[in-house]
Amino acid sequence: MASYVHRIEVQYSRDPRLPTRTERFRSLGFPLRELHLVDVYTIATAQRDFSPEELSQIGAQLSNPVVQRYSVDQPTEAEFDYAIEVGFLPGVTDNAGTTARQTIEDYFGFRFGEGEAVFSSQLYLVCGDLTPESLERLTAALANPLVNRVHVRSREEYAGKGMDAITPFVHLHDLQAAGTVDLDLPDAELARIGKEGILDPATGERRGPLALDLAQLHAIRDYFRRLGRKPTDVELESLAQTWSEHCKHTIFASAMDDDVPRGLYKTCIQAATNTVREAKGDDDICVSVFTDNSGAIVFDDENLVTCKVETHNSPSALDPFGGALTGIVGVNRDTIGFGLGAKPCINIYGYCVGDPDTEPALFRGKNRTNPILPPRRIFEGVVRGVDVGGNCSGIPTPQGWCYFHDRYVGKPLVFAGTVGVMPRANNGRPLHEKQALPGDLIVMVGGRVGKDGIHGATFSSEALDPASPVTAVQIGDPITQKKFSDVIVKEARDLDLYRSITDNGAGGISCSVAEMARESGGCHVLLDRVPLKYPGMAPWEIWISESQERMTLAVPEEKIEAFMNLMKRREVEATVIGTFTDTGRCVVEYGGETVMDVDLDFLHDGLPKKHLLTEPVKTAYPEPDVPCPDRLDDLLLAMLKRKNICSKEFISTRYDHTVQGGHVLGPVQGAGRVQTCATLTKVVPGSMKGVGLSQGLFPMYSELDPYRMALAAIDAAVRGLIAIGVPMDTIALLDNFCWCSSDEPGRLWQLKRAAFGCYDGAVGFETPYISGKDSMFNDFSGFDADSNPVKVSVPPTLLITSIGVHPDVMTAVSMDAKFDGDLVYVVGETGEELGGSEYLAHLGIEGGAVPSLDIETAKVRYGRMTDAITKGLLASAFPVTHGGLLVALAKVAIAGRVGMDLAVPGGMRPDTYLLSESLGRLIVTVAPGDREAFEEIFGSDAHLIGRVGGETFRVSAGERTLIEQAVTAMETAYKAPFGGY
Amino acid sequence: MARANNPGALIMSGYGLNSEMETAEALMRAGMASDIVHINDLIAGEKTLSDYRLMVFPGGFSYGDDTGAGNAYANRVRNNLWSDVKEFLAGDNLVLGICNGFQILANLGLVPAFDRDRPREIALMPNRKGVLECRFVTLKPAADNLWTKGISHLYCPVSHGEGNFSCSEETLKRIEREGMVAFRYSRDDLSPAGGEYPYNPNGALADIAGVTSADGKVLGLMPHPERAMEFVNLYDWPVRKERLKREKKPLPTESMNMQFFRNIVEYFGK
Repeated sequence: MASYVHRIEVQYSRDPRLPTRTERFRSLGFPLRELHLVDVYTIATAQRDFSPEELSQIGAQLSNPVVQRYSVDQPTEAEFDYAIEVGFLPGVTDNAGTTARQTIEDYFGFRFGEGEAVFSSQLYLVCGDLTPESLERLTAALANPLVNRVHVRSREEYAGKGMDAITPFVHLHDLQAAGTVDLDLPDAELARIGKEGILDPATGERRGPLALDLAQLHAIRDYFRRLGRKPTDVELESLAQTWSEHCKHTIFASAMDDDVPRGLYKTCIQAATNTVREAKGDDDICVSVFTDNSGAIVFDDENLVTCKVETHNSPSALDPFGGALTGIVGVNRDTIGFGLGAKPCINIYGYCVGDPDTEPALFRGKNRTNPILPPRRIFEGVVRGVDVGGNCSGIPTPQGWCYFHDRYVGKPLVFAGTVGVMPRANNGRPLHEKQALPGDLIVMVGGRVGKDGIHGATFSSEALDPASPVTAVQIGDPITQKKFSDVIVKEARDLDLYRSITDNGAGGISCSVAEMARESGGCHVLLDRVPLKYPGMAPWEIWISESQERMTLAVPEEKIEAFMNLMKRREVEATVIGTFTDTGRCVVEYGGETVMDVDLDFLHDGLPKKHLLTEPVKTAYPEPDVPCPDRLDDLLLAMLKRKNICSKEFISTRYDHTVQGGHVLGPVQGAGRVQTCATLTKVVPGSMKGVGLSQGLFPMYSELDPYRMALAAIDAAVRGLIAIGVPMDTIALLDNFCWCSSDEPGRLWQLKRAAFGCYDGAVGFETPYISGKDSMFNDFSGFDADSNPVKVSVPPTLLITSIGVHPDVMTAVSMDAKFDGDLVYVVGETGEELGGSEYLAHLGIEGGAVPSLDIETAKVRYGRMTDAITKGLLASAFPVTHGGLLVALAKVAIAGRVGMDLAVPGGMRPDTYLLSESLGRLIVTVAPGDREAFEEIFGSDAHLIGRVGGETFRVSAGERTLIEQAVTAMETAYKAPFGGY
Repeated sequence: MARANNPGALIMSGYGLNSEMETAEALMRAGMASDIVHINDLIAGEKTLSDYRLMVFPGGFSYGDDTGAGNAYANRVRNNLWSDVKEFLAGDNLVLGICNGFQILANLGLVPAFDRDRPREIALMPNRKGVLECRFVTLKPAADNLWTKGISHLYCPVSHGEGNFSCSEETLKRIEREGMVAFRYSRDDLSPAGGEYPYNPNGALADIAGVTSADGKVLGLMPHPERAMEFVNLYDWPVRKERLKREKKPLPTESMNMQFFRNIVEYFGK
């Protein structure tokens, strides 16, 4: 126990953020005059105390005398009404505390030992007359009870003594051993183990859900009957991890109805890739698909690029900041863990959240207990999570989007993706292949293991208890990860110091080691060797903990010394925790006893097969019947202000999109700074090639026509790349299904239709899938304010991400209209397809025809686009998506800060023509001198609808003026909704 | 020049610095080879600072900006390498800090360094908006020195959460009087930003984006010229390209920012 505790408080003399911070909280409805912030470091040591002089030296090390002052064991003096201190709960990652500790260690030349630490906290000094309710609301806005501890004092209580020095150490007393679990039980009791977890003999409580169903539990029971013994808790927890939906994707793998005997993944996703690769023959772009942590395609003769997109939905609902942060740094590890280690070079994000201007009254418990976080809190939290994760890791984050809908209030969707780059070979060794061999040592590098994330993906009430000593929620530590990422990808890999590597994600080492053990044919793990954050963890906890920032490597014995030495020099903790074998078994030892001994075959392939049945859902909606307004000016401005259409530029400027020096076409473009669909980044300095990224997502089409929804997502993702000049034949796709209620036959039918759409779209465009991920139960079950049960399910959501290689970024085309006199064309055909559109959502109408896709025609058109861009005939290009032509044209004009004079053709209602979301279309502008050459390429597929010029956006139909708006007014509308963020 | 067969530049790395590779690339294109050296290898004596002529603290997020951007890394330098650094500064050598590197230099007192004690006299406080700001800015040279030679303006990204230059009135006067302000944030037409966002992206006092040491051999700069070495890296390159095309002028491959790195290389070539 720490015997010496000191508190250092650091404050800005004049805090530059004070006005912004105060204004932000005032805008949230708190009657504050000022909100000051003090950084607090609580230093707890046992082996030595610090003298007053030493404490002053520490204060000087932790502050900047030019603009800050510090106090040692003295409360900060200031004028205020309330003091609110926000610190971390025991066991929560405290990065600032760790940095402060390292600084002190370095300064005094000694090391903190067990039971010694520095804890950071933030002291808010509030000036303002707050009611008790208001103070409570403010406290709730500053802290998350899942990760934070909060202490509040009034001015009077604070006077003289300040705040208490609190040291949130983790105390776990009992050293725990492995136990056995009896599965020879009646089915009802067995099912309870699956649902609620193993009954802990010490506490008498269930340990949390295994998420094993009865058939799976029977298979496990029968397996151990054959072995003639009972399983240990380590074995059962381990099987539950390996067999989880998260790891095995049982819904995509299971047979479905009569027509999908091999399951949706093999029938639709993998088959599409196989078909495309075969058809392309020598032009196949795939290097590695589906089997590794990321997928990979050819970049050039020397390099390949990888891509992976993950979701982190459940954690983000509980702790949006921590959830999104661990989401992005987690998917970075899927890059570092690809092949022998690719360098992360581009991050991708995507957020589906509730409308941040609403505060729905939804609760996890009855009687208004345990409320959900308000959408704005979730939105701002996830934005900040990727901000910290991406920025601190030195990876640019140009590509992303936000989508708002009320059905995401209970469970937000947080997509996080990463592109990596690596040489195809090093000294003749292909870097995308890896193989642990028998005898190789199992090495864990990175952070230590704590109770983080054990059964963390479940919303059990236990996990939500703020008094819980150790949290289930994880906060990432990007700098620890950056340290091992650098040493692995920039040094150890090219020194050939290891034979295989993988990420520790879901299931921790239980999954990563068992997965790598397939390469060698077995493993033998010594669990005692795993470095822990604090003593007292049970073996099953160590085995399945999801503590962040860890990788597992296979290091040949003859290289272990060099490997460990390098890690030490880079201050990266690395530990040998066992040996890869060829015994065909996964063996785990703890305290000299074998606590797990299971056949690898059973571990990986023993789970019983399922056969899923679906039931068609036909939703018949009438075609909308609303008159067309005479003028569309108000409609234009209203559409530009819609949250799914307007600018969210505050995210783009917060996310570093220029680090690594590859910025070509960024997240905002043009003088008017409009957010784009696709981005282009150079990832190899000497090459003029670039990586294009785009995405497509149409959740509002799903309930109407899931097949067409999938085609729309694919088309939008592909078309985004086409618009900047990435050719079709370099494009690969990634699929992320975020479904709801996937145990209901209707939802499964929608899933099947969407998967069929995925097959047809990818095969039609000849764009293979290289990686994918699914998350099948994005449902919130809780209560409304009157304690009535409520279920809120996300709309079936499919994100398609496209990645392609631009042959010469110098020919790339941006979205902004450029010069007066340029011609404006719509390329492609517009149909009466308003179903699921932003226009009908604006009118509050559900229904209508979802856009269909003629892939063959689109493919010919996209080939012509590439031809025109290569020839330099386009001044700008932009795909038409959410909000139709009207929104696309407006964005092109706003981006260029130039007017347009446009005429809509006859034959269709002007509002239908302007707001239909027909697929396959692009807006392009062309210099008058290039008209002939341009029209020769496109023929009748390009429709000239007007010219660029002036400062007004004018649209007419025959003699009738529909719109006449200053572009500046449009820009103001486009940027208004999130102007205060 | 540097000793035979040795690169001239040492670029620091480790603990979350992250722009070492593009900084090495920019110097290489300007004609100077670099070694990227982990600070622990310097501390352990595996590499020696005096083997180099240019020391660069590149951009990054060392220690996650905890305890103040650049502060913890500066402490590590001061606590372990201080005498080597002082010796290096005494020679005919240059030190460059970009972004996080500038924050480290400020915390080390290597700028403004009016005297040999090098106390901390300037600070890069959190941006006025309280969040990281990533956008292109226009920089106008404010002094005629080795770093700014031949530069009419730079156009490159800022990307930092703490770049809000601050110091006492007295220090500011002295820095300005002695011509130590190297670059200021300005508007597109090169008139002063006057503190106005977004031209001055962080609230920096007197629009200061970069300062040198009193002896001129150390430069700290918040924006990142190394992130916009090429024409296609510039925010507005597509419209520049279209204009040049229509004027039937050739398209450049490099950006104006390369002159900054050429100046460094030319200094050693003198």
